Amino acid sequence: MSLWVTVLLASAIAFGLKLAGHVVPHAWLDGARVARIAAMLPVALLAALVAVQTFTTAGGRFVVDARAGALAVALVALALRAPFLLVVVLAAATAAGLRALGWAV
Amino acid sequence: MTGAALPEPSGPSGPSGLSALAADRRRAVLRQSLSVGLATGAYGISFGALSVAAGLSLWQTMALSLLLFSGGSQFALVGIVAAGGSGVAAVATSSLLGVRNGLYGLQVSRLLGVHGARRAAAAQLTIDESTAVAVGQPELPASRLGFWATGLAVFALWNLTTVVGALIGNLLGDPKRYGLDAAAAAAFCALLWPRLRNGETRAVAGAAALAALLIAPHAPAGVPVLVAALAAVVAGLRRPRTPEAGR
Repeated sequence: MSLWVTVLLASAIAFGLKLAGHVVPHAWLDGARVARIAAMLPVALLAALVAVQTFTTAGGRFVVDARAGALAVALVALALRAPFLLVVVLAAATAAGLRALGWAV
Repeated sequence: MTGAALPEPSGPSGPSGLSALAADRRRAVLRQSLSVGLATGAYGISFGALSVAAGLSLWQTMALSLLLFSGGSQFALVGIVAAGGSGVAAVATSSLLGVRNGLYGLQVSRLLGVHGARRAAAAQLTIDESTAVAVGQPELPASRLGFWATGLAVFALWNLTTVVGALIGNLLGDPKRYGLDAAAAAAFCALLWPRLRNGETRAVAGAAALAALLIAPHAPAGVPVLVAALAAVVAGLRRPRTPEAGR
């Protein structure tokens, strides 16, 4: 498959997947159960994404490194009601700092 | 913000129009959207540089950011091309990582309530970042504003930085040096934080995170996060007759 075919096919499928969620008739999602599931889905997906982004290697192996330190700092900041931007900046600074020190690359 | 369980946007039939949003809330949402856009946009430089290094042309690299527009899928695709993998493997992995955008769309479309060309635009902008900002807002007008502002900010910056990275290489160096990878996870946590005050939502998030980590070593990229979404299905089926359905 040529590179252009790869690029365009992947793009077409990606858009098809995105659109699929939007064109599901709202009536199908109006049932109490389905509506609850749809509302919970983004939370579950994003929580799983944060876990995978923070605690796994490229191969999916569990690892605790600078990212875990950054997440811990972010959670403490959130518990202390720090504003959004401060939470994000503190997390980035923690990860960058830990890596610069070579403690938890 | 009150300590009560946060009311969630109630769908297209709920209060609509951005004018309902107070100026300070509007500014707060836009600030969130822009900072998420900047943190994500910075990654576009790496993407552009990696893509060209993998052997894709400038136009192919730009096409990916414009048309595919989903960071995880784009990095996976050029990574497989760089490693000499087949086009089929590249498309399959990219698509597996893209399935979650479709699942986001189920809720995002209910929040936005748009049709026609706007719906197509909303679909293209439905990614982790825009969804997180949208579902993280307590009121519907803020969800809508957050979705569009974040989606457009990420789209503009991501495409701009892709070109920069492709043309002049990774001038910022590894984004990890600045902790930008951790910034994204922290932003998602901060956006979901208000909703985690609800015990059931917290249980769903915890179960999903744990399930994803357990599955991660044994499944291809993209699958752990999808399997973890079953936590939402289980929670949704468990108590079908709560009055706050869909909230």
